[in-house]
Amino acid sequence: MSTAPHLPLWAALLVAALVVAGAAITLVGSIGLVRLNNFYARVHAPTLGATLGVGGVLVGSMICFSVLQSRPLLHEVLIAVFVTITTPVTLMLLARAALHRDRVEGNPEVPQSDLASLERRDG
Amino acid sequence: MNRPSGLLRRIIPFPLLFLALLAMWLLLQQSLAPGHIVLGSLVALGATWVMVALDPEPTRLRRPAAMAQLALRVLVDVFRSNLAVGTIILRGGRRSDHAGFMTVRLDLRNEYGLAVLAIILTCTPGTLWVNHDPARGTLLLHVLDLVDEQSWTDLIKLRYERLLMEIFE
Repeated sequence: MSTAPHLPLWAALLVAALVVAGAAITLVGSIGLVRLNNFYARVHAPTLGATLGVGGVLVGSMICFSVLQSRPLLHEVLIAVFVTITTPVTLMLLARAALHRDRVEGNPEVPQSDLASLERRDG
Repeated sequence: MNRPSGLLRRIIPFPLLFLALLAMWLLLQQSLAPGHIVLGSLVALGATWVMVALDPEPTRLRRPAAMAQLALRVLVDVFRSNLAVGTIILRGGRRSDHAGFMTVRLDLRNEYGLAVLAIILTCTPGTLWVNHDPARGTLLLHVLDLVDEQSWTDLIKLRYERLLMEIFE
């Protein structure tokens, strides 16, 4: 029945804690998608799931399978590398597309020039 | 002395990339069987030849100590900013009044260094790389908690940019 029959108690507790923590952080990120109030703020939310959320689940998986010694724990490293490299690229594309659209539409919430905040600060 | 390495260069134009791709292939297959090594080598060889067509700007990575230091800093900062952004979301995200755009002047010019900085900043919750102007060397960022603009500038320039310049330039 069970897929992890020989996992000792300490490992089971540790793995469960890590997986639940990772899932909880991802949930907070998803809540952020609903609660944050504009597009640029919402882009920040999924990165919680893509960093610590994924991290918690992957470390849990590494501990689980290295205790069971069923396979080397390197798949997770690859997953982490791919998630870390691909997520920011997508988010940057979305942000730049949104900025372009907002500038074309003349949205006052968005700086029309990259230098706006520097000019404000330097006077 | 020069000829064999020249020939090797012609067959495998980017040896490091070749090895990295082969390692990735073997990790994905979870096997060191000769068949997988041959197939992985073919795939990696094909990919390195495609890279020749892309003609990437040559670069040299320096200072492995700086790389380790940067990785450690990013790990710590990702932890911290996860907590910070999580707190903002749970404490009424609708009132995220402090979110806003800011501009930083960058001294880093190396393309690869900028790519790494873009990934670090976007991957870290709370900061988002929006637009980089290579001619002026300015970077437009969106920051979720923009209370103290100077502290974000310091974070980018002192904590990341200096190390990236040591590594890439």
